[in-house]
Amino acid sequence: MDPMDPMDTPTQTADAPPRTLRPSPAEQKRAARGATRPGDRIFLGLSRGSGILLLVIMAAIAVFLTYRAALALSKDDANFLTAFEWNTGLVPPKFGIAVLAFGTVVSSIIAMVIAVPIAVAIALFLTHYAPRRLSGPIAYVIDLLAAVPSIVYGLWGALILVPHMNGLFGWLDDYLGWTGVFSWDQGPPRSMLTVGVLLAIMILPIITNVSREVFRQVPRTHEEAALALGATRWEVVRMAVLPFGRSGVISASMLGLGRALGETMAVATVLSPDFDLHASLLNSGGGTFAQNIASKFSEATEFGRDALIASGLVLFVITLLVNGAARAIIARRKEYSGAHA
Amino acid sequence: MAKRIDVSGLTAYYGSHKAIEDISMTIEPRTVTAFIGPSGCGKSTFLRTLNRMHEVTPGGRVEGKVLLDDEDLYGAGVDPVSVRREIGMVFQRPNPFPTMSIFDNVAAGLRLNGMHKKSELQDVVEKSLRGANLWNEVKDRLNKPGAGLSGGQQQRLCIARAIAVEPKVLLMDEPCSALDPISTLAIEDLIGELKERFTIVIVTHNMQQAARVSDRTAFFNLAGVGQPGRLVEIDDTERIFSNPSVQATEDYISGRFG
Amino acid sequence: MSTAAVVTGKHAGSLRGARLPKWAPLAIAAVSIALGLGISAAAGLHSKIQWALIAALLHVVGTYGIAARVEGRRQAKDRVATSLVWVAFLLAVVPLASLVWSTVRRGVKVLDLYFLTHSMGVVADSEPGGGIYHAIIGSLEQIGLATLIGAPIGVLTAIYLVEYGRGRLAKSVTFFVDVMTGIPSIVAGLFILSIMLMLDLQPFGFAGSLALAILMMPVVVRSTEEMLKLVPNELREASLALGVPKWRTILKVVLPTSIGGITTGIMLAVARIAGETAPVLLLVFGNPFINNNPFEGAQASLPLYIYQQYSQSAGSPHAFNRAWAASLTLIAFVMILNLAARGIARWKAPKTGR
Repeated sequence: MDPMDPMDTPTQTADAPPRTLRPSPAEQKRAARGATRPGDRIFLGLSRGSGILLLVIMAAIAVFLTYRAALALSKDDANFLTAFEWNTGLVPPKFGIAVLAFGTVVSSIIAMVIAVPIAVAIALFLTHYAPRRLSGPIAYVIDLLAAVPSIVYGLWGALILVPHMNGLFGWLDDYLGWTGVFSWDQGPPRSMLTVGVLLAIMILPIITNVSREVFRQVPRTHEEAALALGATRWEVVRMAVLPFGRSGVISASMLGLGRALGETMAVATVLSPDFDLHASLLNSGGGTFAQNIASKFSEATEFGRDALIASGLVLFVITLLVNGAARAIIARRKEYSGAHA
Repeated sequence: MAKRIDVSGLTAYYGSHKAIEDISMTIEPRTVTAFIGPSGCGKSTFLRTLNRMHEVTPGGRVEGKVLLDDEDLYGAGVDPVSVRREIGMVFQRPNPFPTMSIFDNVAAGLRLNGMHKKSELQDVVEKSLRGANLWNEVKDRLNKPGAGLSGGQQQRLCIARAIAVEPKVLLMDEPCSALDPISTLAIEDLIGELKERFTIVIVTHNMQQAARVSDRTAFFNLAGVGQPGRLVEIDDTERIFSNPSVQATEDYISGRFG
Repeated sequence: MSTAAVVTGKHAGSLRGARLPKWAPLAIAAVSIALGLGISAAAGLHSKIQWALIAALLHVVGTYGIAARVEGRRQAKDRVATSLVWVAFLLAVVPLASLVWSTVRRGVKVLDLYFLTHSMGVVADSEPGGGIYHAIIGSLEQIGLATLIGAPIGVLTAIYLVEYGRGRLAKSVTFFVDVMTGIPSIVAGLFILSIMLMLDLQPFGFAGSLALAILMMPVVVRSTEEMLKLVPNELREASLALGVPKWRTILKVVLPTSIGGITTGIMLAVARIAGETAPVLLLVFGNPFINNNPFEGAQASLPLYIYQQYSQSAGSPHAFNRAWAASLTLIAFVMILNLAARGIARWKAPKTGR
């Protein structure tokens, strides 16, 4: 295809003004945007309007949540950040998020600790270890599993996973119970550890998928460079694949973390909550932001709902911070791997 | 240290497709052997069978023998990893590890082989970079990413990386095809120096380059479309370019096809 | 076999490293499992996890030890890495296969035509009978309305970003689309809830649609952007060079070229919001009766139905059966959407070079 005269590109119209006539600054500006005719203007207006609408929605989310949260917080008689209770029906009401914040963070950390290494290993398995005939279909199935709704994971977790955790809990209690973190009161295993395991299973497909995509994009030349130096397969992975894929794995993990932090139904079905901090991950109790909202919502008064909105606002801020961190990490890594992506 | 390569009856496949057929040749130590031939004639495939890189490609397999000083690369119990340590390779496009510094790129192969002492590494890295005529250009920025160098410098970095582990043979797959003329000249000079220490095999599309750098030249050709590539002849470079024994070679060299 | 294997690499003149036979990894695995079982039996341990852990540990140590002796340390590390990667894969298969298997096995128990065509209107949660008709209606209406809002806005935003977007506005839109991707679904629900609280509205289907649309938009923007970027610039320039205005170029050249990918993206987004429970719980509330009007009164939806059958039934097996059957229906719906979307993607994929 012949490259066109670059001067003409912005206003490729049949009746473009002759070039000797200097367009006014306003016209130049419009031409630069490519919108000189009514059709163009309407279309640009629509599409830009959609973009702006998105920004407005984001702003509205922040504003409305903050407003309702402020309504609730102004009447809170307890310290919102440190109180271990959620009694919005009292006069005056007392509620705080300490337990929720703790539970949200702990369950997500457990999920990440379990899911990230396994997901990375599976991604490597699919791209570098599995027989080719096997890896294609498996990747496809994992892709589909990422689409299984969280409520189904929740149902499965509550009815199938929970009873199966008894064995593991007994074992952990026997050998690691002395640490306190793994001591168990023999109650039903509807605890933070079970929640963490279920969250790990839920975010496994998504982290695996993104990591696999990244590993697949490792240029063959890098791998061959390592091979030609006499590297074993594992050394190829360590020298060429993992360094190239690191930022991708990080962003995949952050994606998974975002899901784990905000997951509602899977936690609500599995956890048997209370409003206390528990050192042990095996004893039931605790709660997460999202789970607490779902569990408390149907009985909540209007004020109770405002209080839940206040806790939702905190969750919102946390997920924003996580996303921001992920973006910052990726941006910093870009100078290395981005140039070759 | 350089070794001789003896190929006999070598046939390579991609899946069911036969890429090259029944190739036999001898490559003497401390010589530069150039492979020339039209696109798709299998010269790169053949090069990659010489250090068992061919089988890295899905479906790639090989029949026949490649002896490195009497030892068959494809014999039972031979580890492809140690084959590649003995026979280094430089690729068409410069491929330094993008996440590693210049120093780490050169040290990569050494570290694989268990050399971890900083002082030892420094010695070998400097020696290799000098060997690749790159030392003076990079000695002040050894800790900068290798990807920040120019194309020609990157290719010399890759050569330094390959010779750091002291291979017996160095395979080069069109090492200059992505480079400008000045960088190409630098690499060609380097090849002339390296042949004092290594057996060098170079695939090239550029016949002047083959004539300039090589002692021996092998001409590959396709018998027809879809047919496997074959070795037409191998001889002293001077003879190939002045008085080849096969008509097809002369046609190719004089630009009548290819 | 030569014993020079151990020093293979650095000094060895020989290429011939001693290699473990092909069946060695399997043999080591089998021996480890047998030993794991044996030790557990001898020590009187019952937990499956215990013997599996012992076996796994034996396997790793055994592989490393044997390979290090015969093949050298580097090869041993390679083998351990290989076996770990396989173990990770098998480890993940167990729960995911169990999830699919139990949903199918338990779901088919009550899933029949009656189940699909009746509501829970006259059935107590603890009794058998009833169905998901009302939930299917609710889901379809809510998802449909959400798509009508979310998909056009998403596609238009993507067009803005790819075809027009330069400067600060486009940059901030890109940034906030990323941020929006990370919004937990329950937060989107709370946002609409806060509006409803201010307007003093009772739960109704369309409120859920709004929250779902918010969740859908960033997904559609991202996937549409990717697709539009795949359209070669030459195509746009060719059209512009013919004097076709930009908006017609976009409508007649760019969009038709990428329509397959855009459709795929929208369908995947639909599949995603179809499974969302949290916002529906807050905004649509659930309703055992059939309510065909998404603009007034509480409705049900499939995911919400699953949750309520599970949580409000005090452990009744009939309710659990219904929950599983609804799960199976929901999974089937999502999977069909996914498969169809991928089918379209493959069918309409922009034809490249060959």
